[in-house]
Amino acid sequence: MAAATEQPASSPLKWLAWGAIAAIDLILLYGVTLMYAQGETAFALVIVLVVCSGTWVFISAKGYNYRYVYPAILGVSTFIVFPLIYTVNVAFTNYSSNNLLPLERVKEILLSKTYRIEGESYPFKVFQSDNQYRVVFIPSETEFLVSQPFTEESEPALISAKLQNTIPDGKELAFRETIKLRQLLKTQDVKLPSGLQLSMISLRKFGPMVDIYRDIGGNILQDVRNGNRLIPDFSVGYFKEVPAYFEGELSEAESVGPGFVVYSGWDNFTRVITDPGIQGPFLQIFIWTTLFSLLSVIFTLIIGLLMACLVQWEPLKGNGVYRLLLILPYAVPAFISILIFRGLFNQNFGEINMLLNLLFGIEPEWFSNEFLAKTMVVIVNTWLGYPYMMILCIGLLKAIPGDLYEASAIDGATPWQNLTRITVPLIIKPLIPLLIASFAFNFNNLVLIALLTGGGPNIIGATVPAGATDILVSYTFRMAFGQYGQDYGLASAIATFIFLIVGTIAWVNLRVTKRMVE
Amino acid sequence: MMVQPRNLASRVWVARIFMILFLCLIMFPFLMIISVSFRSGNFATGSLIPDTPSLEHWYLAFGLPWENSDGTITDPPFPVLLWLWNSIKVAFISTTIILLLSTTGAYAFARLKFRFKEHMLTAMMILQMFPAVLALVAIYSLFDKLGDYVPWLGLDHLGAVTVAYLGGLALHIWLIKGYFETIDNSLEEAAAIDGATPWQAFRYVLLPLSVPILAVVFILAFIATVAEYPVASVLLQSMDNLTLAVGSRQYLNPQNYLWGDFAAAAVLSGLPISVIFLFCQRWIVGGLTAGGVKG
Repeated sequence: MAAATEQPASSPLKWLAWGAIAAIDLILLYGVTLMYAQGETAFALVIVLVVCSGTWVFISAKGYNYRYVYPAILGVSTFIVFPLIYTVNVAFTNYSSNNLLPLERVKEILLSKTYRIEGESYPFKVFQSDNQYRVVFIPSETEFLVSQPFTEESEPALISAKLQNTIPDGKELAFRETIKLRQLLKTQDVKLPSGLQLSMISLRKFGPMVDIYRDIGGNILQDVRNGNRLIPDFSVGYFKEVPAYFEGELSEAESVGPGFVVYSGWDNFTRVITDPGIQGPFLQIFIWTTLFSLLSVIFTLIIGLLMACLVQWEPLKGNGVYRLLLILPYAVPAFISILIFRGLFNQNFGEINMLLNLLFGIEPEWFSNEFLAKTMVVIVNTWLGYPYMMILCIGLLKAIPGDLYEASAIDGATPWQNLTRITVPLIIKPLIPLLIASFAFNFNNLVLIALLTGGGPNIIGATVPAGATDILVSYTFRMAFGQYGQDYGLASAIATFIFLIVGTIAWVNLRVTKRMVE
Repeated sequence: MMVQPRNLASRVWVARIFMILFLCLIMFPFLMIISVSFRSGNFATGSLIPDTPSLEHWYLAFGLPWENSDGTITDPPFPVLLWLWNSIKVAFISTTIILLLSTTGAYAFARLKFRFKEHMLTAMMILQMFPAVLALVAIYSLFDKLGDYVPWLGLDHLGAVTVAYLGGLALHIWLIKGYFETIDNSLEEAAAIDGATPWQAFRYVLLPLSVPILAVVFILAFIATVAEYPVASVLLQSMDNLTLAVGSRQYLNPQNYLWGDFAAAAVLSGLPISVIFLFCQRWIVGGLTAGGVKG
């Protein structure tokens, strides 16, 4: 099979294919040049690699068989393998909302900071024609310094002004309308023909501004006002402000924001182990994650198997209808069911508490009591997950020969004996890899936690927000994309830890599956 | 003759009653949400069948303003139909691409010979256990950077989400490959002897035989993409660009608790997907038992 690797395609088709490949390559290579020009060398290299291997696979006869897998492999590498590697990389940096940009960009931001100097101030007028505005200074009755036009959508910029002898086109805005434009005007600096740079300093005037810092080489900046220097401290990722002649330790000097991204070695990992505000919650969350996944697998398996047995039991008529209704929780998209439960379990308006109040006169605090919140999470996940187990069990039960049960019936076996002596031993072996996969799925079941409890109730004394029902992924999710300061580095360190666990589970699963096949 | 235990009838009754009780428990949330969607107001309580049914929430879910009894007008809080449309667009495009790539990939793994095949398969098996949730920081930065070069792949664009979901195909390759291996390849061999290229054998012999599994994979991938929350919640920001899974969360904010409006929106958006699923459940059950998919 598949000995014919040579494709005897008709030649116009072949030329068409080659043309398409050439066109795609050209576009991608153009992108590569752009990226290289912007300093994204790593990105550019990866794309060159993709272009070369792709072209080879689709042109060479030897690469023929790879043509079928190449796009799939490419998709998997780009969206699974690359993000995994990148995450591990981030785990060794201080990447966070405080240290967001590379050193070069932070330097640019600092260098663009200006301050107002003593000097003549310039009263201004704004002229509008269509949707374009111009700032105009009028030094004398016959001279007009007119700026380049800008619009409401203009980015912050430095625009130049020219000297001319006539009033510019358009109408002069009244003071009231100028005030309305003040936010826009603040972003537009004007450069006079003399080279002087002006910014808006009050509602009526522009004034001269100069840069605070100048670059004195070696990534060191100098404050032109007092001669202080800004030296990048690569151990923390901040510029430190020190006097012009400084001999002491950089770490004791004052930091100047914003910070930049640096490799911080094992810092994030040691923080997880040593910081009591992280270590305590981390351990607690890890134990709960494992417990939650285990309980979910056990409960869904028990209910799923039971229901599968009932549905497959012939004397019980109407099995098709039962099966249809039992699958319903699986058919409704999970995010909808989870949100429904979030509403039903609501402390004050939820229907579940209303029912419990009616029957037993209790109103449990499902979202603020730690134990109850965990119970609720497991209940909801069992409800969501048992149909899948049931479907799997139905498939496996069908494979058991019926005469086994007939034989046991002759011997007068009880249903319980049938279950434990015949059914379970026969289905447990093919079921194990599926149970492991289900464990891994629940281990990373972010959707459930994020939509149902959001992790709450909160653990008191945690440095980074952590909750009692948080599982490891939702903990890292909150750390990276939560409302209170985003710490990508720390989140990635914990994600790296999860990689190891999931990797181990995957390896065990592979082993078990292989043994089954042999 | 089948041997029957003596007390069969009583056992059947016990099983039947147990089953009905269990089904009541399972159906409770669905019945409740339908009932809530017809109650007036967002905090109303009441019996399963509302005393004063009102179409208020349904009007709002369909994006129509609702006139209250006191003459005031309530505007729809969220563009639910737009979110549903976004979800369908994203799911349809990414599922089609996933199906194309995983079918050709599965064909190569099942039938063709090439170097590193076993290694690639093992790698796929392990990689499908790593969900995108674990690398959200990386995915966020990846699309942040991509957006600088290709605007429609940037943050807050549906294109980014569509492309990000392509990572999910490792799983489907395994499922389809398993099915291909159950099909005897003597037909394809016959075609090859008659001078068919591997592509022709795949396209005209194997593919027509595999329509059932392709349908199953399409439905499963489609539902999985519609229900995907983490990646979409990180990549999408503006109200009009949200998918349904991300948008629905807005209803149950503690500050702005819209239980009734949510109920109608949930029924409206959940119903089509559930109906499609139940309609195809026979094939889905068959496909799932062939290889584990959704946990």
